[in-house]
Amino acid sequence: MTFDPSYKEQALKSVGTRVLRPDGVDKVTGRARYGADFNMPGQLVARVLRSPHAHARIIRLDTSQAEALKGVKAVVTAADLPDLTDGDTALFAILDNSMARSKAKYDGHAVAAVAAINASVARAAMKLIEVEYEVLPHVVDVDAAVAPDAPLLDDTIFTTGVDPAPTKPSNVANRSEFGHGDVDAGFAKSDVIIERTYKTEQTHQGYIEPHACVANCNADGTADLWVCTQGHFVYRQVCADLLGLDVSKLRVTSSEIGGGFGGKTHVWAEPVALALSRKAGRPVKLVMTREEVFRASGPTSATSIDVKLGATMDGTITSALATLRYTSGPYADAWAETGAMTSFACYDLENVKAIGYEVVVNRPKVAAYRAPSAPMAAFAVESAIDELADAIDMNSVELRIKNAAQEGTRSSYGPVYGPIGIGPTLDAAKAHPHMSAPLGKNQGRGMACGFWFNFGGQTCSDLNIGADGTVTIAVGTVDVGGSRASLSLIAAEELGIPYEHVKAIVADTSSLGYNDMTDGSRGTFSSSMATISAARNAIKTLRERAAMMWEIPVEDVNWEEGFAKAAGPKHGNRAPLSIKDIAAEAGNTGGPIAGHSELVADGAGVSFGTHICDVEVDPETGSTRVIRYTVIQDAGKAVHPAYVEGQYQGGAVQGIGWALNEEYVYGEDGRLQNPGFLDYRIPVCSDLPMIDTQILEIPNPNHPYGVRGVGETSIVPPLAAVANAVSDAMNVRMTHIPVSPPRILAALNAQAKE
Amino acid sequence: MTSISVSTTINGDDVEFLCNVDETLLDVLRNRLGLMGAKEGCGTGDCGACSTIMDGRVVCSCLVLGAETQGREVETIEGMSDGRELHPLQVKFIEHAALQCGICTPGFLMAAKALLAAHPDPSEEEIRFWLAGNLCRCTGYDKIVRAVQDAAAEMRGANA
Amino acid sequence: MVEVTLWAGLRPLAGNQEHVTIEANTIRELLRRLQERYPGLEGPIKKDVAVAINGTIYRDDWSQSIPDGAEVFLMRRLAGG
Repeated sequence: MTFDPSYKEQALKSVGTRVLRPDGVDKVTGRARYGADFNMPGQLVARVLRSPHAHARIIRLDTSQAEALKGVKAVVTAADLPDLTDGDTALFAILDNSMARSKAKYDGHAVAAVAAINASVARAAMKLIEVEYEVLPHVVDVDAAVAPDAPLLDDTIFTTGVDPAPTKPSNVANRSEFGHGDVDAGFAKSDVIIERTYKTEQTHQGYIEPHACVANCNADGTADLWVCTQGHFVYRQVCADLLGLDVSKLRVTSSEIGGGFGGKTHVWAEPVALALSRKAGRPVKLVMTREEVFRASGPTSATSIDVKLGATMDGTITSALATLRYTSGPYADAWAETGAMTSFACYDLENVKAIGYEVVVNRPKVAAYRAPSAPMAAFAVESAIDELADAIDMNSVELRIKNAAQEGTRSSYGPVYGPIGIGPTLDAAKAHPHMSAPLGKNQGRGMACGFWFNFGGQTCSDLNIGADGTVTIAVGTVDVGGSRASLSLIAAEELGIPYEHVKAIVADTSSLGYNDMTDGSRGTFSSSMATISAARNAIKTLRERAAMMWEIPVEDVNWEEGFAKAAGPKHGNRAPLSIKDIAAEAGNTGGPIAGHSELVADGAGVSFGTHICDVEVDPETGSTRVIRYTVIQDAGKAVHPAYVEGQYQGGAVQGIGWALNEEYVYGEDGRLQNPGFLDYRIPVCSDLPMIDTQILEIPNPNHPYGVRGVGETSIVPPLAAVANAVSDAMNVRMTHIPVSPPRILAALNAQAKE
Repeated sequence: MTSISVSTTINGDDVEFLCNVDETLLDVLRNRLGLMGAKEGCGTGDCGACSTIMDGRVVCSCLVLGAETQGREVETIEGMSDGRELHPLQVKFIEHAALQCGICTPGFLMAAKALLAAHPDPSEEEIRFWLAGNLCRCTGYDKIVRAVQDAAAEMRGANA
Repeated sequence: MVEVTLWAGLRPLAGNQEHVTIEANTIRELLRRLQERYPGLEGPIKKDVAVAINGTIYRDDWSQSIPDGAEVFLMRRLAGG
């Protein structure tokens, strides 16, 4: 039976309620087990030696003294992780990043690792490893890296996507371009042109739980990995490829995850832990320190973005052009390309062009961070839109509404949109009381829109019905923020049973088929699709069993609200059979009752949000407080509204932190100066007001209940919303994120001198 | 390294353990006593995920040496519920969806418990400043503040 | 017949064409025929491609049918957070 994912309007009993999450008690009592909370008998402790240089050739690496230290059971270097990547550049980047081969490419790049009987022996062993470096010139700044005389990171990188192909290597890995129309003609038609360059600094996802795993490689070729990850099936594949293990023999169990936000979609030190265990013949626990998390796990890109907008005095944007330069760390990727695709996605533009340049620098390998690449592009574009509104003396929400994309608009990244939600979020913003609330002295208001692609992907679910009629569902998407609750609601809805009768778990890689990661806002979207499909398969079996019990044809059995009901007058007044009744007889009607589903959830549908932000700026110190914040976003259908609100609030606050405080600070020596939560300051409770949310529900046509992904879009608008609010409060345009106190004071001083 | 013998009280029980001089209370709780509810988010006292209560004060257990707990009273998340009965703060955190990933939750609950012991009727601002030493990256704090407000109201009602 | 638009990075591998017309009823058929005509596309199609049909982006479901007159784009498969 093929699964029909199309939306059908129906009254819902469970979906949309605010039930208690199934993992709640474990998490409030300290019993939930995260990455570092697992231990194995005979386990060793791992520590990783990291480069103190931003860019250095490894001339000599001598581990003999460390190996000789009592209590040391294994030391590994790149030689213990031979290159099995067979020309796959993305896989090679993961390998080289996990353990530097010939060159250390950033401050914090791993060069060797130790497994010892305890942490103090491991630390002592690290000091005995001799590394001779030839320090090379480095570059960390995105604009400096594209300069013709910049130090070269990799002489095999020749910019792709340019014609003619370059003859010399450079730090620009690729050029990408999107758009349509004729931007020059569009600018010629405009009355007003806004042209500015914006910069955003590198930020970290800032999950509170550092990367942690326990690896165990057995002599018989089997292996286990307990790890905090957003995608244990993907980790299994990558680690098996890099270690040369059979996929089916590596069992990966995802622990509870203490935050990921994209940063735990990438493999970091797990291959090293497995290599240590393989060499030592014992289980190895590897937990990163916070400093290692900042120095050596992936931050987002730092960017430099030029935006040019042209418009007529009636507010029609006649032309839009953006040139986006994104850092990717030392390895080429597609972060600038993603930024270019998203930059103008909110608008209906006749002439638009976005050009992306991917720039390699001596910083950690960039990782996905919640709607990766979109927030920076939105900061630049939404700031320019705000400035354009000022220039033509038009209300900025009206300007956005006038130019908003709608069904039938050709998107700036290519395809024509189906039904989309940007218009409704703008209308809701315009009507929101926040928009017209009075502002005091030194206060300002900003708004911004944001866009993100959502994903679906490969997904499985097993639904088993117990002898008492209660139900377990096993899913393969890691629960990062309450999806076990939402998926239990979905199963309860479909089967017609109470939520409390369903228990959802995340299965390990040996217990369920392959699942893509929890990324791209896909967790609830795609696993709910698989769960609905599995429940419908189980209902088919339940009807068959009821028919058997009644000795009537299965066609005469309907499933209604949790009961099998005999249809038609010839079956008399049979009392309906509950799941419990049917399950109790399962042993005599063909065995256990279950529903399974393996599918590709596709057609997730793009997502839009609009945010409104009020700030108060202290002109003496440049310190900024957010005093009111409103998030408006389309959820399609909010399965568990409290956790949808939580996604909106959490994403908004991460964006606020990015806008106001957070940045990687590098010294002249290319070393990270603030690898800790004291100096890399994320928002704390006393920094913030309540975050108001408004959930719009415009059903996704490609999901039975209309669900869309909700997790990522909320981080896209805040950078611009905050910067626009600060600009409004101070009457000075802020073009460099974060708008930290020194930058605000510098802008105010520059303004005073004019 | 010579070990130190320590006698202390943890969650009301007498506990004795040996630890090294450089071992933190967090190390002792997690590695020697099997109390894994306190989490290490930073090891430098910046994130609050390892918050415990020592002699009535919230401390980052990563900044307290194991040996310092000699003769003190330590409360951890494992001692917060009364057997099967959850503390009102624990109940309200679940009801208000005040946790997503949950790694910061034990620390927040410890800090909130100490807050309500000192201020049974805290203002929103008091809550926000008392909890400013605990980092949460998922929730944006909104639902955490509401859960603490609701728990405070319920506990005042129960005591009235 | 389907007119498929290629993203800029693919065009050098397809005779520098932006639009290619192909006889295809499903995404699978479309991708197979594209590779037959332009063998250079094999690598990207294997790893890097998503397909937009009338604005809906498909990343995996190659059995998806392509309606008559549909607007079809080959796009890069992106990473999410």
